[in-house]
Amino acid sequence: MGGGGGAEPSAPQSGYNFAYLDEGTKRMIRRAILKAIAVPGYQVPFASREMPMPYGWGTGGVQVTAAILGRADVLKVIDQGADDTTNAVSIRRFFAKTSGVATTTRTTEATVIQTRHRIPETPLTEGQTLVYQVPIPEPLRFLEPRETETRQLHALAEYGAMHVKLYEDISRHGHIATTYAYPVEVAGRYVMDPSPTPKFDNPKMDDCPALQLFGAGRERRIYAVPPYTSVRSLDFEDHPFRVQDFTEPCALCGARGHYLDEVVTDDAGGRMYICSDTDICETRVAEAAR
Amino acid sequence: MLAPGFADPVHDAQATFRAVMDALARPGLPRPLTPGLNPPVPLTPELAAVALALTDADTPVWLDAGLAAEPAVATYLRFHTGAPLTEDPAGAAFALVSDPARCPPLAAFAPGTPAYPDTSTTLVLACAAITDGEGLSLTGPGIRGTVRVAPAPLPEGFVAQRAENHAGFPLGVDLILTTPGRVAGLPRSTTVTEG
Repeated sequence: MGGGGGAEPSAPQSGYNFAYLDEGTKRMIRRAILKAIAVPGYQVPFASREMPMPYGWGTGGVQVTAAILGRADVLKVIDQGADDTTNAVSIRRFFAKTSGVATTTRTTEATVIQTRHRIPETPLTEGQTLVYQVPIPEPLRFLEPRETETRQLHALAEYGAMHVKLYEDISRHGHIATTYAYPVEVAGRYVMDPSPTPKFDNPKMDDCPALQLFGAGRERRIYAVPPYTSVRSLDFEDHPFRVQDFTEPCALCGARGHYLDEVVTDDAGGRMYICSDTDICETRVAEAAR
Repeated sequence: MLAPGFADPVHDAQATFRAVMDALARPGLPRPLTPGLNPPVPLTPELAAVALALTDADTPVWLDAGLAAEPAVATYLRFHTGAPLTEDPAGAAFALVSDPARCPPLAAFAPGTPAYPDTSTTLVLACAAITDGEGLSLTGPGIRGTVRVAPAPLPEGFVAQRAENHAGFPLGVDLILTTPGRVAGLPRSTTVTEG
């Protein structure tokens, strides 16, 4: 199984508080999470801590996970859909060591799923929490570099610049060329960056039964999408939002309708396309072998 | 003698927070909350649990008249949380309300600012009961269709006050409703009507 699979609950390593963070920090993050849930899509500032990993490696997601995690939770961590890549393995081991919670690679078994840039293909359910690692939480940042200004734009719900950006895509390329971190409008109010997930995953955020929390460590922001909340990808009437489609099925499990990674197999131009979500791919391969 | 706080501070605080988080994420659906506290009356175990789990030196706490009249309540909260107590509802991060029927108008509390709507007050109400069914009809983020819930007692003119609170979205106060053994959430994003 990917990344050596999951592990049963164990005794946490001594010398650290449960899930690494001190209780004062957890309280501060928990208060930010509650306000983030109350104002869907709004970025709540929080006092992000130094974590034992560099910024850019998911320190925001790790702090959110540490603040919500309890002994009964089952944790899954994915990096671009995979349970077995460096970022996913190291964060999963970090929490196994510092909290002793059970870990898994199975989407259906997890209560908390920390993710870097993908939403699992398996539909999420009520009671699950998806924690996103976010590098740049401000969707308007590349249009307006000043935080004081973007705060005002959000306060006034002034999102014209974002529509101009998408329109410039159309005028230059003939279609909206934004393929990841595709801006969404949450509950009819705030425009939000869904983190650099492929736009393929945007429809999964809409009316999702699971709670979605977003943590940006370096940028010190937490935001949220409660369950059953409308998440609309910005578009135009004559250029409606469309997700990527793939002509070939997954080369390993044969699935259609999954997000696929391109894998180069030789130096003569050979390549294959496989599911980015390793859990569902392995599950399908195992079922087919039975 | 001072009543003790959480028996297991780390995991009891986490369990309380998770119940409150789930309650606010799914407005109107009460969650179990059994903190095992025995605070001085009229502070209820559920009010005390939310205070111990979420407040500290960074969060001014406002007490309603019933709680403020009992010095043992202030002593208990000061010792276990270190939170400063304030008499100004508009300056409070959290407001503890032991008698919801006599709660000041929601507009008396901090609504946050347009740039920082998260700086609003969170009110924690000790209701006598929260029953499913006719009373309040809720729609909005976190709610699949419509949910009906009947907390009692509630502040006078609650539905009108909530409508005013919601009209200012994203500004507004958030409510955590507690009752013995349960907690329900009513964030500002929720539309409340009678029914």
